Amino acid sequence: MSTMTIDKAGPRRNVKYGSMSRDRAWALRWSYFFLVLFAIFSLTPPLYMLITSLKSSAEISAATNPWWVFHPTLDNYAELLTSNQFLRFFWNSAWVSIIVVTLTMLISVPAAFALARMKFWGSATLATGVFLTYLVPDSLLFIPLFKMFALIGDWTGVQLINRWYVLLFIYPTLTVPFCTWIMIGYFASIPKELDEAAIIDGASWFQTLTRIFIPVALPGLIAATIFAFTVSWAQFLYPLVFTTSTDQLVLPVGIITTLIKGDVFNWGQIMTGALLGAAPPLIIYAFLMDYYIAGLTAGATKG
Amino acid sequence: MADAVVRQPGVARPASARKRASLHNALRRKSTVAFLMTLPLILLITLLVVYPAFYSLHLATLNKSMQKFVGFGNFEFLFRRDTFWLVVKQSCIFAITAVVFKALIGFVVAHFVHNIPAKGQRKWRGMLLVPWVIPPAMSTLAWLWLFDPSYSAFNYTLAFFGIGPIPWTGDAAWARFAVILVNVWYGAPFFMIMYLAALKSVPDQLYEAAAIDGANWWQRIWYVTLPMMRNIIAITTLFSLIVTFANFDIVRILTAGGPLDHTHIFATWAFRVGIEGSDIPLGASVSLFMVPILAVAAIFILRDVNKRGNEA
Repeated sequence: MSTMTIDKAGPRRNVKYGSMSRDRAWALRWSYFFLVLFAIFSLTPPLYMLITSLKSSAEISAATNPWWVFHPTLDNYAELLTSNQFLRFFWNSAWVSIIVVTLTMLISVPAAFALARMKFWGSATLATGVFLTYLVPDSLLFIPLFKMFALIGDWTGVQLINRWYVLLFIYPTLTVPFCTWIMIGYFASIPKELDEAAIIDGASWFQTLTRIFIPVALPGLIAATIFAFTVSWAQFLYPLVFTTSTDQLVLPVGIITTLIKGDVFNWGQIMTGALLGAAPPLIIYAFLMDYYIAGLTAGATKG
Repeated sequence: MADAVVRQPGVARPASARKRASLHNALRRKSTVAFLMTLPLILLITLLVVYPAFYSLHLATLNKSMQKFVGFGNFEFLFRRDTFWLVVKQSCIFAITAVVFKALIGFVVAHFVHNIPAKGQRKWRGMLLVPWVIPPAMSTLAWLWLFDPSYSAFNYTLAFFGIGPIPWTGDAAWARFAVILVNVWYGAPFFMIMYLAALKSVPDQLYEAAAIDGANWWQRIWYVTLPMMRNIIAITTLFSLIVTFANFDIVRILTAGGPLDHTHIFATWAFRVGIEGSDIPLGASVSLFMVPILAVAAIFILRDVNKRGNEA
């Protein structure tokens, strides 16, 4: 993706076509003008988070120019990063996301391999089913899932509601279908000769997967991993429904339920928390933007 | 293929060895291996997606204490309530307006990014996609703070132009505008990326041919770009329609359905009724109303995705 530097304008000629090149120059100027406007629109909220996070509560309530920091301070960061509660949210989020990513990969990679390469009875239907599952939103299932897990608690005595690890069962419903779907696409694009050669050399199906498919489809695997991580990190509805005790909350819900105390909004800390919560996906995005975008656009292609 | 198991006829083997061999053979058989590889996926989908979906149909037929079967009682109750119709109306306004603006902005911005020299495109694309990367719960908090009535950065800025304080989340019309604005901000970058990828795949020869035929910019878009992007536009729009229609985070954090239920959409109202009001059957009935629209959109997406697969 990063190598898309082909100049679409084609070979340049020095002959000036008067109005034509002037039109192009103006089109370019207008493009930059609107791009700047849209970039401002896009970046205002994150920048405002940063600005507010550097202010003290006194400066915020003094209602000075909100777009400028007069007395920058790192107090908000120091306070949150030493608060056990906030660190607890952070670790809960991190654990949930890491375990969910691992589970997702363990489930979806073999399944995608089987669906892409080993045609069996019902495999086409199952692939379609996976895609349809990906379209089922969380807001449709949270009520029955909540009731289901409450009933499991009643029947078996294993209490899962209000435990952070209940999310490990639920998040895969959001991540696995999409990851399976894009992995089917990546696996299907690998030439058949490659795995036929491996089978002839005596490799088992499992070896074909681990020695050939996973290394060749690594970019797809990275894109799927990033997707699974960002989805688990950002999920808000399920943790809001399933967890309530402050030591079981994940970051997004934790910030909203604990930093907002009644009508008192400590905006400096809320913005700091929000920025720290947005940091892991942003950092991943900054370093792996091309994989991120590849994963984003892969969902619309048939596997 | 690997499932061609070579048997040597006439070689007698003890029963136990044969049994072990047949198990071994079964494990080597392609269909068995494939089944085992997809088993976790099938279990996950059946137990945690398909089962709850049908369970929610069952829940919707129970009374509040979940002791008694009431048939369509919950739905009859909903149809008689004004709030329900308000939620239906708002969900439709919210989803359609937001998707239309996301699609338009995404289309326009994709063109601007496509217009500028190729070496700068990566940087701009990177900046413009930031809203999609930040977890919506976190960015909505920033918007909530931008909209704050007394210390609001927006009202502070507007005051310079002599525009009085706007009750961004306090007044029904402004609150609806605010939730749609945040949704557009969050979702437009996704459209931009999809359309940009589609624009890159339109062959240059088509534009050259159009230019030779004397087409102006509008004709180029209408007769070349749009037909070539038709499929991706359809998929992206339908996909976004599903996600927007089922949105929860943004409305919940920004207005929590207020003022006076005037920004509630299906998901937030189902949460209010089902979880906060602990009337699980009624909440399940509310969220079930999303199914028809989602199903129609899903069918069309599936058709387009399959078509796209066949083109390649």
